[in-house]
Amino acid sequence: MADRGDIFRIGTGAGFAADRLDPAVDLARRGALDVMVLECLGERTVAFAHRDRMADPRRGYNAHLERRMRALLPACRDAGTVIITNMGAANPRAAAERAREIARALGLAGLRIACIEGDDVSGRVSSTQPFMDEPGTLADLGQSIVGMNAYLGADAILPALHAGADVIIGGRLADPSMYLAPLMHRFGWNATDMTRAGAGTLVGHLMECGMQITGGYFADPGVKDVPDLAACGYPIAEVAADGGAVITKLPGTGGCVTEATVKEQLLYEVHDPAAYLTPDVTADFSRVTVKADGKDRVRVGGANGRSRPEKLKVTVGFDAGFMAEAGVSYAGPAASARGRLAVEIAAARLKQAHGIVDNLRIDLIGASSLFATARLPQAESEDVRLHVALRTAKREEAELMLWEVESLLCCGPAGGGGFRGGITPAVMTKSLLIDRALVKPTFEMLIA
Amino acid sequence: MTARGRNTPLSVRDIAHARAGDKGNTSNVNVWVYDPADFERLKRILTAERIKREFPNLVRGKVERYVVEHLHGLNFVLHEALEGGVNASLNLDSHGKSWSYLILGLPLEPER
Repeated sequence: MADRGDIFRIGTGAGFAADRLDPAVDLARRGALDVMVLECLGERTVAFAHRDRMADPRRGYNAHLERRMRALLPACRDAGTVIITNMGAANPRAAAERAREIARALGLAGLRIACIEGDDVSGRVSSTQPFMDEPGTLADLGQSIVGMNAYLGADAILPALHAGADVIIGGRLADPSMYLAPLMHRFGWNATDMTRAGAGTLVGHLMECGMQITGGYFADPGVKDVPDLAACGYPIAEVAADGGAVITKLPGTGGCVTEATVKEQLLYEVHDPAAYLTPDVTADFSRVTVKADGKDRVRVGGANGRSRPEKLKVTVGFDAGFMAEAGVSYAGPAASARGRLAVEIAAARLKQAHGIVDNLRIDLIGASSLFATARLPQAESEDVRLHVALRTAKREEAELMLWEVESLLCCGPAGGGGFRGGITPAVMTKSLLIDRALVKPTFEMLIA
Repeated sequence: MTARGRNTPLSVRDIAHARAGDKGNTSNVNVWVYDPADFERLKRILTAERIKREFPNLVRGKVERYVVEHLHGLNFVLHEALEGGVNASLNLDSHGKSWSYLILGLPLEPER
């Protein structure tokens, strides 16, 4: 890695599976980064990836891996930037081999690509193992398991960094661990130093969702205006040896980094601010300081940490049949009344003609949908859309629902149009905890 | 913060901003005042009990509130509040990303 004195520069090049690529290329070219992290896995993403792998053993990794590697490998090699990513999803081996093929095709001979495996713990978990935070065990469920992955921490990534990897590809690498590991490597932080682990985890937690800290998922016109959000830049963390950091972004990009954007991300998906659990540490964000330090620069510090959790979290993915969605729109005078009538007809027909009642939800978009459970319908809109959602184990039931909703075009209220319907496979995930001893991460270096 | 109509009651959105996240069937919403001078008021009006009371059909479990005094923020943890969670919910917004605006939409003074 390039030595730039006391400051280590980490950038985020993706904060979720479908995140943008062109701002990542800009950051790789102009960011003078030591490391670029691409965080591309959610709990359900892994389960879907396992299904892809079952259908084709050469797949099961992030769908955008090829495009991302083609665009980023040359820029990162030029800048001496190490790439760390969990784009391997359910098949890190195939992902690393594909990355090596791409590197060779681009003429990047000698590029060192580390493949981290060992997060897949299928067959190593007892069927009597209880779920986390809910009753039941694996054996109780009776649905087919598509995959089981343990969250791997910084200790799984460090050996690949010590071995001089240019690109590190894993599966279920925990999001903040992908940031903590290179900081431990660069600054020589001890694995037992929980204060530094907390500091590095704070950096990772703030950075892992990409633009959620540079103005994405933030704009609210009139109260929280964000400049040029269409050209939003990914974040950069400038980290010092003590773990203190400045969060910033490239000049000339859209978005903003302010105390407000940092604070919203600080507790994103956090419950107790004093106990944020990762495979590396029980991080304490309760006394974190957040201070503006110039335009689009915010200084953070004061994170702490205590004991490393004894057990690792495992995500178990199950086949959950099909998700079917269908809709018809109504506009103009009394659109809401016609839409409500469509809701009544759809519910009656699905029940009476097809016996479809369970796992069914009917909303009227424009009048009441997202907040329908939270409170009674309120809006009177002149542009509404019936939206029917059904989850079912039977494909035929899903098809019948789509047919029934489409029939509203001729058999429903006046002026209904714009039918669309679709059926997608559904997965379900549950979590459990297992002993660390059952999880043995490995890495292998592939040379382009 | 906003120029709202004279007859519009002030809502939490007028003094604070918020972000929602999800884990399983649990939602968390963090809420931050723009002006530290409003923090005491926010703490007084946005109690865990009020959040639970305002959305009885949605929030089936308990509500916990964490206070981050020095940054002028509150973090609400809403248990059993995602209609089964992303696996089971048939809500278009199965992650409850919009729950932040449920809280921001509350009037500053609860109805008597």
